Amino acid sequence: MTKAFSDTRNALAEYLLRLADTDMVLAQRLCEWCGNAPALEEEVAMMNVGLDLLGQARNWYDYAAELLDDGRDADHLAFRRNEREYRNLLIAEQPRGDYAVTTAKQFLFDIWHHQVLSRLTESSDERIAAVAAKALKEATYHRRRSTEWMLRLGQGTEESYRRLTDAVQNLWRFTYELTDTDALEDQLAEAGIGAGNVGDAWRTEVARVFSEAGLEQPEPARHFYMDGKNGKHTEHLGFLLAEMQYLQRAYPDATW
Amino acid sequence: MYAQQVDTGAKRLKNLEEMSPEERHFQEKVDAEVRIEPKNWMPEGYRKTLIRQISQHAHSEIVGMLPEGNWLTRAPTLKRKLQLMAKIQDEAGHGLYLYSAMETLGADRDEEIEKLHRGEVKFSSIFTYPTLTWADMGAIGWLVDGAAIVNQVPLQRCSYGPYARAMIRVCKEESFHQRQGYEILLTMMREGTDEQKAMVQDAINRFWWPSLMMFGPSDANSPNSAQSMAWKIKRHGNDELRQRFLDQTVPQLEFLGCTAPDPDLKWNEETGHYDFGEIQWQEFFDVLKGHSPCGVERIQQRKSAIDEGQWVRDAAVAYARKQKQKAKSAA
Repeated sequence: MTKAFSDTRNALAEYLLRLADTDMVLAQRLCEWCGNAPALEEEVAMMNVGLDLLGQARNWYDYAAELLDDGRDADHLAFRRNEREYRNLLIAEQPRGDYAVTTAKQFLFDIWHHQVLSRLTESSDERIAAVAAKALKEATYHRRRSTEWMLRLGQGTEESYRRLTDAVQNLWRFTYELTDTDALEDQLAEAGIGAGNVGDAWRTEVARVFSEAGLEQPEPARHFYMDGKNGKHTEHLGFLLAEMQYLQRAYPDATW
Repeated sequence: MYAQQVDTGAKRLKNLEEMSPEERHFQEKVDAEVRIEPKNWMPEGYRKTLIRQISQHAHSEIVGMLPEGNWLTRAPTLKRKLQLMAKIQDEAGHGLYLYSAMETLGADRDEEIEKLHRGEVKFSSIFTYPTLTWADMGAIGWLVDGAAIVNQVPLQRCSYGPYARAMIRVCKEESFHQRQGYEILLTMMREGTDEQKAMVQDAINRFWWPSLMMFGPSDANSPNSAQSMAWKIKRHGNDELRQRFLDQTVPQLEFLGCTAPDPDLKWNEETGHYDFGEIQWQEFFDVLKGHSPCGVERIQQRKSAIDEGQWVRDAAVAYARKQKQKAKSAA
């Protein structure tokens, strides 16, 4: 658990970095699909979702940079912070795997994301509410798309069912972070700024789609010692950042 | 040019007297600049030529995503990453509507893609070149998209309606890509470090000649080109388009503050065009035969994407079938 932030400004910046980093890391994983998607239509769709997420990341980073006011801009926040400074959800950094892994990952995230953004449209912070309102339209499409793919893969063929079941089993442990909040999130929710805990709505929606897709509902994921929101990541993030941040790290004085 | 050396099956041009009444009627329509639409009668050679050209064009859009995909996960800033993602998305979209235009001629997208994967048909030679630095993203946008536009602008007036209409949208988006590519290079030249400037010059050195080769060898004596021109699929010769591209590109090169890897490049006051050195066509022919660093790999990647995605497409088909059955039994 994180310490409660004494001042709201820093707490909010920290919260925005969590949203931004999660979007950023997921977009990076979607970029890895370029040229490798199972159909041309999916090339377009995955790039589309990636673009939305990256655009949202930029908006959150911009705001975080203003609040932090320490000379770092959005690019610096995205491309110069290391693994222990990154605040994304653990599920986002998991390898893209096959199409079932990506589908399950996007779906579990999309349900959470949609709930969070819905609440953020009512944030007392006008800037957050405005960014969330635009992002919510995009997330509504993301949720519809990944839900449709959950049903296709769940009810498609034996192979697709098996692959999807494996993917869900593997990813499920990371969903703890989607249903839990820490002191920082609680503090901002109480202040009417943050989204707070969306766990109940997430569980209901996921259970509904799992049931329609013919998937077994796993036991609720339990807390474990890793904690992406506070910079404790799996081994995958380091490699992801090494690739993503390569140019900024190799040429720190460059302008691109 | 995204479609190179398209075979028309013609050894020489027929004159109007040698044509069947249907052929004559068709040729008169073409001569009168009346668009040919999918349901109109057309000579078999015209149909086949268009299928070859449009499929090669579509394949090139799709394979062309790969050299850029090579830098997508390493794009240096949020803005550049967003731009590159949007460009690649546009290219996938171009591929999709070009395949659709091709299908109006009775060809099948999956079959044509399989031909590409079996090595029976080509994609543009330019995409067999590796992208070695970030500056290559600028050079490709500026030079490769630039050359493609010079080729595709006349295709907006191609005699075949669906292809011509697809080109209108493609050209609009590619002009945008070209400006973005140039801006990548300009930023590095104006605001960058010495290392970055060297990166830009190196990218231009590597992509200069391959971009000029995109238009294909001189087609002055080619029966294929003469036939394509008579059918108004093609409107200008390869050399003419290459010259047009060069004339518009050299001032942009000078504005960048870079040079071309061609000691013979100079303005010719008499002709009003730039003269340039001899193109090493052996490299072009070698590349088309697969003697290139990435030619084989590009196709392998495309093939494995489609092969590994088979189970996904199967699942989607099975699901759609089950949904249909469900709807039927509910009715």
